[in-house]
Amino acid sequence: MSRDVSPPTAPPNRRSDWPFFSGLAILSSVYLLLIVALLAADLSFTTPHHLLRALASPEIQYSIKLSLISCTLTTLLSLWIAVPTGYLMSRYRFPGKQLMDAILDIPIVLPPLVIGLSLLILFQTPIGRVIQRFVPVTYAIPSVILAQFTVACAFAVRTMLVTFDQISPRCEQVALTLGCNRSQAFWRVALPEARRGMLTAATLAWARALGEFGPILIFSGATRMRTEVLPTTVFLELSIGNIEAAVAVSLIMIVAALAVLTIARVFGLRAPLERVL
Amino acid sequence: MISVEHLQVSVGGFAIQDISFEVPTGHYAVLMGRTGAGKTTLLEALCGLKPVTGGKIRLNDRDVTRLKPAERGIGYVPQDRALFQTMTVREHLAFALVIRKAEQSVIHQRVADLSRLLGIESLLERRPHGLSGGEAQRVALGRALSVRPGILCLDEPLNALDDDTRQEMYKLLGEVRRSTGVTILHVTHNREEAEQLADRILVLRDGKMVGQKG
Repeated sequence: MSRDVSPPTAPPNRRSDWPFFSGLAILSSVYLLLIVALLAADLSFTTPHHLLRALASPEIQYSIKLSLISCTLTTLLSLWIAVPTGYLMSRYRFPGKQLMDAILDIPIVLPPLVIGLSLLILFQTPIGRVIQRFVPVTYAIPSVILAQFTVACAFAVRTMLVTFDQISPRCEQVALTLGCNRSQAFWRVALPEARRGMLTAATLAWARALGEFGPILIFSGATRMRTEVLPTTVFLELSIGNIEAAVAVSLIMIVAALAVLTIARVFGLRAPLERVL
Repeated sequence: MISVEHLQVSVGGFAIQDISFEVPTGHYAVLMGRTGAGKTTLLEALCGLKPVTGGKIRLNDRDVTRLKPAERGIGYVPQDRALFQTMTVREHLAFALVIRKAEQSVIHQRVADLSRLLGIESLLERRPHGLSGGEAQRVALGRALSVRPGILCLDEPLNALDDDTRQEMYKLLGEVRRSTGVTILHVTHNREEAEQLADRILVLRDGKMVGQKG
């Protein structure tokens, strides 16, 4: 009886792994470099003098003030809607849930200009005109908040949905056996556990609202000292050839966006942010 | 006393069919069966967390079949313990009493008594993160016992505990039973647990009760 004395089979491939890792590093670096180059270019294009002059301008001061106030109001409104909507979508099954899920994505996928145009048309309908008789919306400050809210809230809802999906419903079930009704289980157990997700949703909504331009341009107009927010300022300054001021205002927005992103990364939940983005 | 008559529960494609059994007051029953036999579903139906499609559940001579979980007087410890991550151990033990708007002195006394019984006095200001498996199990048990329920439902409470901790928990569960007089229904697939703790063993297979002993 013959025995197989052939040598053990050689590994199928002795090639080093470094080309694979190099490929990953090079491809991801390209995009990383693009982002860093963008920020560096903005920084090199402006000086502290330009920045101070921009900050001294009454129009830009108004724009900063309106941006901060409208973004904060938009964030509060978005959370007010996103927390219950996210909870409802995460915890319960009901007829029309899939349709609701699809509708909630519309503001995320619609072109911003279309959202602005749709809002404009909505407030020309009979219902819209009735509302405007009591509260002037179109081309006024409420239109800025509504335009920001329409987009930012969709991102907040997605964040809260992911947040509640990550929290086991078992804790709320235990709370029910301990004497809670559904509302108490939500307020006392689910909501405290969702606080980091709420912070992420808030920062994301705030950042989205700060960068909103298309819907505001169509729905609110670009009137100085009236409906002018920071992206509008960049647009108006560019249109009159004042590139230094436009870049200075852009830098303010970049700093604000980075601050918000840092807050979300440090204090919020990373997973919801990553999934939504 | 737990009295279940011709119980039917349907969850997705799985169904518990025509189950009947009794656990007399103060007794320790262990519900056994393989994974997927329907043990947790049955426990959740008793707690009011799964809707019942037929039959009756009576707890201490009260028909609770259609009652909400809060109205059943059951202490429930789920398999994953489900501790509240934002609360301290003290807040866990006080939670059900706070919901019932009990007086501060009553809450304080109950937390002290429970933490002594369960040996978790030193953990009262800790949060669940970082507690060992045995410590977390004691906290979950204390939370379930805080309002002196007539019935205690434990879903695989000794899973994933090392041998020493498991032996400690046998003693502790025996002590809890002696000192509170609570009727216990304990789900497990571990024969040793059943032999150590049970004075009544119920065996479930594919959603049907196939054996009762004791």
